[in-house]
Parts: sequence; structure tokens; C-alpha cells
Amino acid sequence: MADDRDDDRPQFPEPRYDAGPLSKATSRRTFIKGVIASGAAVSSVGYLFTAACSRSTGSVGGVERMLVLNVNGQMRPVDVLPQETLAMTLRYRLGLTGTKLGCDRGECGACTVLIGDVASYSCSTLTHAVRNRAITTIEGLEGPNGELHVVQQAMIDELGPQCGFCTPGQIMSAVALLKANPKPTREEARHAMSGNLCRCGAYDHYLNAVMRAADAGDRLSETRAAV
Amino acid sequence: MSRDMMGAFELYQPDSVDGAVALLQKFGEDGWALAGGNDSLDWFKDRIKRPKYVVDLGGIAALKGIRESADGGVEIGALTTLTEIERSELIMGRYKVLADAARRVASPQIRNTGTIGGNVCQDARCWYYRYGVNCYRAGGNRCYADTPEGQNREHCLFGADRCVAVSPSDTAPALVVLDAKMLVVGPKGQREVPAEQFFIGPNVDITRMTSLEDGEVLTAIRLPMDWSGARFYFEKVADRNTWDFPLVNIAAAMTVSGDKIEKIRIAAGAVQCVPRRLTAVEAVVTGQPKNADTATLAGQSAVRGATPLNFNHFKIPLLQNLVTRAIRDA
Repeated sequence: MADDRDDDRPQFPEPRYDAGPLSKATSRRTFIKGVIASGAAVSSVGYLFTAACSRSTGSVGGVERMLVLNVNGQMRPVDVLPQETLAMTLRYRLGLTGTKLGCDRGECGACTVLIGDVASYSCSTLTHAVRNRAITTIEGLEGPNGELHVVQQAMIDELGPQCGFCTPGQIMSAVALLKANPKPTREEARHAMSGNLCRCGAYDHYLNAVMRAADAGDRLSETRAAV
Repeated sequence: MSRDMMGAFELYQPDSVDGAVALLQKFGEDGWALAGGNDSLDWFKDRIKRPKYVVDLGGIAALKGIRESADGGVEIGALTTLTEIERSELIMGRYKVLADAARRVASPQIRNTGTIGGNVCQDARCWYYRYGVNCYRAGGNRCYADTPEGQNREHCLFGADRCVAVSPSDTAPALVVLDAKMLVVGPKGQREVPAEQFFIGPNVDITRMTSLEDGEVLTAIRLPMDWSGARFYFEKVADRNTWDFPLVNIAAAMTVSGDKIEKIRIAAGAVQCVPRRLTAVEAVVTGQPKNADTATLAGQSAVRGATPLNFNHFKIPLLQNLVTRAIRDA
């Protein structure tokens, strides 16, 4: 393998799959995240964007490709194609792979993120259309010391997810609901969560988690009021 | 179904209606007006529609919001989201049928970004057409849905003319019963089109579903005060409660004096290429007591002349029952 290697290619550290689960050195996850964040081309990312990149350079009068996106409270400069969806930008430009792509056509909810405080399908939103908006993804929910968001904790406590693929989207919908309506009825919660499919059928567990999160948020504000 | 990411296009984000109209006029057939994107992006992802220039209307502040107009009616900007409409106190108070219809569209996230203008301007949902076959609506010379094997459970009961696609909108029948006026701005200036004439069938133009000409933009919807605070009814029947398009939906507005139905407008969606105003029902029930007998009669008169396809016979009793309920429960 080393023999036919082209020396000009960027050299990445070899991921250490053999180091065991407790290895702090380089997990596969941090390795991939690092590569994406550093802007190097992971092969699949290159594949996704090569076809489209060629024509759209130098568009006259259209949108500027370079923009600064407000994601999870950070201003992230990023190069975005005119036809790029927010889900693509988040996952493949910014490395925020917590946002999942299920159907890529607004029929499953796995890609749900918050635009402002409103739950939206990031697969059905052009990134350029949300240039001046605050975007929150599942990665943006944790507290300053890495503590879980009350909805995330409730999901764990209620065994909400099964396979977990739809969970980031479910959580974002729940967060949007509780921001707008901190004390929803179960029926209101069901309605608010109806734009998220779960192929495992864990809907009732998710609902339990939303109601638990609402209770927990309620207790939190009571404690604060008492103090 | 998604075949690839979208093909390349140039994206324009004008901040005024005039700017958008000028761009769309310049681009002609290569241009595309984009509102919430929930319909448009699907077309682009499938590469069935391939505009070279997309004009994003989302940055035009004048197209957003719900306001009271001088004549006491309400004007809704075309880019107002369906969520804003379902939650608007003004709409809930005066034109509840529209709020109820908006609440039944698709899913919460789609209503958060989907606009009323986009909802009424969305293209036909016939899956053969959406698949990209060269059918009548796509400019070809056959219909794939209206054949012995064609899967036409969702298709029309009335007004088939080569194409058998239906109006997929939930808000369109509500706008028809409210006698809404659609405000359209184009290269030749502004015009106002009654909702009933805004939607067109295959007999008028088989390749589009609205009377919008090239370069024209739907800017606002005006609700006259005639039906403000009337009795309303809206119901949608679909295979699923979320996401799904209607199998049949029904919207009605009526005023009742004593026990008699004084004035009524009633329209059904997903039974014809346009929202079908049920004039026969209106004629039968006007001046009649609002009771079970009148409701039954109304249901029967709603389905006269229905011509079912192979797999959509069920829509006849469905429409009949919905009309009966609308008259009985409004």
C-alpha cells in the first residue's frame, strides 16, 4: 500500500481500529470529524460535490457563494453552492453529522433543525435562504460543560430511541415545541412531533420523553423562581 | 426516488416584487420562482424540472404577513407561512375555515416553511407526472393514469380532459368558498383574479394548474369581508393524518337565519383539477332548513355527474358523506 502512494497526497494519520474501545488516541469518529473540519476532501464528499461544482462558478448577478452561517451560536464561514440544501452544508461542509438525511425530500423529519426557534426540514431548505438566520442543530443543544439538554436527558430516561437514526430530528422537534409551548398536553405534543417518522415505531416512547422533558423544564423554572 | 443532488442553477434573491418580476421576465422559460421550496426542490432533486435561474422570493418583506385591509377584509401576503395562518387570531376569528385548512396541510415542519402562495401554486401530484414520464401534462400525448392498469386511486371524478390529475391543495377550496381575490403582479402590471378563476383545468391549459402567466408572481390573497364570521366547515380525508395529500377535502361557508340556510358557498378539493365549487349543492340548500334531510339531499346532489376511474370509485361516497356532514355540522 505504501509503495504506490503518491507523495503529493495529503497524509492523514492512520485510524487505529485495533487500539480498543478505551483508546484516547484517535477514534474513528474524531478522525473523520477532524478531516471534515479541516476542509480536506473525504472521498465521498468529493463525489457528492464534483458534479455540481463545475458549472456554477462565476455566476453573474446571482448569490455570492462565500457566506457566513450562524450555526449553534458560532459564525462559520463556508462556501455554499446556489443549489445546496442546508442539510448538505451542515453535514458535508461543516461536519455536523448529527443532522441525518433520511429521505432528502421532506417526508421523514430526520434532518429537522431549528431556524430561529422554528423546526424546519434542512433537506428542503436552501442554505442561501437562511444566510441571516440563527441555525441550531443537535450539536448545539449541549450546555457549556457538555451536559445534555433536558430533552436529550429525557430521551435517555424514557428509552426513547431504538435504532436512533430519527432521534436527532425528534429531539429538535421536541425542543421547538417546548420553546413555543413549555407545558404542552400529550395531544399537543403528538401533533408537534407528527412531522418526524420513526421506522422502529417508538412514537410513544418519544412522547413520554417529551412529556418528561416538559415536566423537568417546569421543575427547573420552579426551582429558579424559589431561589 | 431522489436520484442525485440538484443540478446547478444560478440563485437570485431580489428584495422587491418589481425586482423579482424583472428577473423572471428576463429569464423566461429558464427561470423559476421559489417560495418555501417544499415542492420546487423535489422537482430539482429529481432533475425533472431543470431551471437555469431560480428566483428566491423569500427575501421580499412585502410578500409576508397578514394585515387588515381598508375595506374591512384581510390581506395575506403570498409568502406568509401556513403556520402563521393557522395561528393568526385574525384568520381564526373571521375566516376559521382557512386556518382549519392550513392546519391540515402536510406536517408541522412543512407548514413552518411552506407558504400559502406555494400551497395554491404547487404542481399536480399525479405520480406518473411526478416520475417524469412524457404525459399530456408534461407536453406528451398520453395519460398513464387513465388506463386499465393505471394506479388512479387519487385521481379525479370530474372534469377529466386527457389529464386526470387533481388539485392537491387543502387551502384552495377554503379560498374558493371565501371568494378570495388573488393579487398577481407581472410585466404588464397588477391584476386581481377571483380564486375560482385562478385555478385552471386541462381544458384551459394542460401544462399548468393556475392562470399565472410567465413572469407573473402571486403577491397576496385578499379575503373580502362578505364571509367574515360566517359558519364554516372544513374536513380533509387522507390515508395518513400527516404529510398526505387529500383523497377528498371539503370547505363550506354559510350564513343561517332562523333555521334556514341563507347564503352558502361550498367547494371540494382532490376531485377535479381545480377546487370544485359545488354549485348544485348551493342551489339545492339555499333557503332550505338546515337539517338532516337537507344535508342528505346536498350529499346526493354533490356527486351527480361524477365519472370514476378504475380505482377511485370510493371517492363518490366519500364526497357525498363529506358534503352531508358539511351541511349538517357547519
